[in-house]
Amino acid sequence: MKLHYEVAGDDFTRAGEASGAVKATLKRLGFPADVIRRVAIAMYEGEINMVIHADGGVADVEIEPDRILVTLTDRGPGIPDVEKAMQEGFSTAPENVRNLGFGAGMGLPNIKRYTDDLKIDTEIGKGTCIRMTINVPS
Amino acid sequence: MTVRELITGLSLETLVEGDLDRAVTGGYTGDLLSWVMGRAKAGDAWFSVMGNVNAVAVCVLADVACLVLCENAALDEAARARAELESVTILRSTATAYTLAGALSARLERTV
Repeated sequence: MKLHYEVAGDDFTRAGEASGAVKATLKRLGFPADVIRRVAIAMYEGEINMVIHADGGVADVEIEPDRILVTLTDRGPGIPDVEKAMQEGFSTAPENVRNLGFGAGMGLPNIKRYTDDLKIDTEIGKGTCIRMTINVPS
Repeated sequence: MTVRELITGLSLETLVEGDLDRAVTGGYTGDLLSWVMGRAKAGDAWFSVMGNVNAVAVCVLADVACLVLCENAALDEAARARAELESVTILRSTATAYTLAGALSARLERTV
């Protein structure tokens, strides 16, 4: 099954709609609760990143019996230092975002924590594509 | 312990009623949403002062049993609407996160 979502930029009230919809779909399909939680959290972090840093983007989800693949693509500014961005606590989020409770520098680290495979393709001035895989234990 | 028992035991105000029969299996305190989302466990009671719509999203995605707003923190209207839509239980207290988490911890230890 393939799903596609548009993630609106600069709209924190709508962030989480795509990951919420995916969560509901996985629940309906009978995936284990732990897998659903991992997909939902990793995808929400990715959505929030696109809202904060990239003025939105698109989310594509491929659901297979043995794995869930989430691809998030944006046309944002790119990540200058991926290694740094992967460190817990490192954040470039602005003050207004921090006041909402985000910007703790946990986005990418959380995505890594909750996925079995994470690939980040980023180019300055062009955008970022994040591919995450969550395996379904047999 | 159920959410209903938590409400009675800790004298909490109910702002939005979700599944009150859900089991509370632990607790977590924190206001940084990503931090909480990465560490709170499913079934936890989450103690926070964050009453915005994103906090409700964290409740749903992290699958916590309820959100307890501490020190009479406000729940904004968008958050209330989303919580009602998603059946997320939102509670409130004038007590601090420290006091509430301590009280929950003591009660959970007694029931083990």
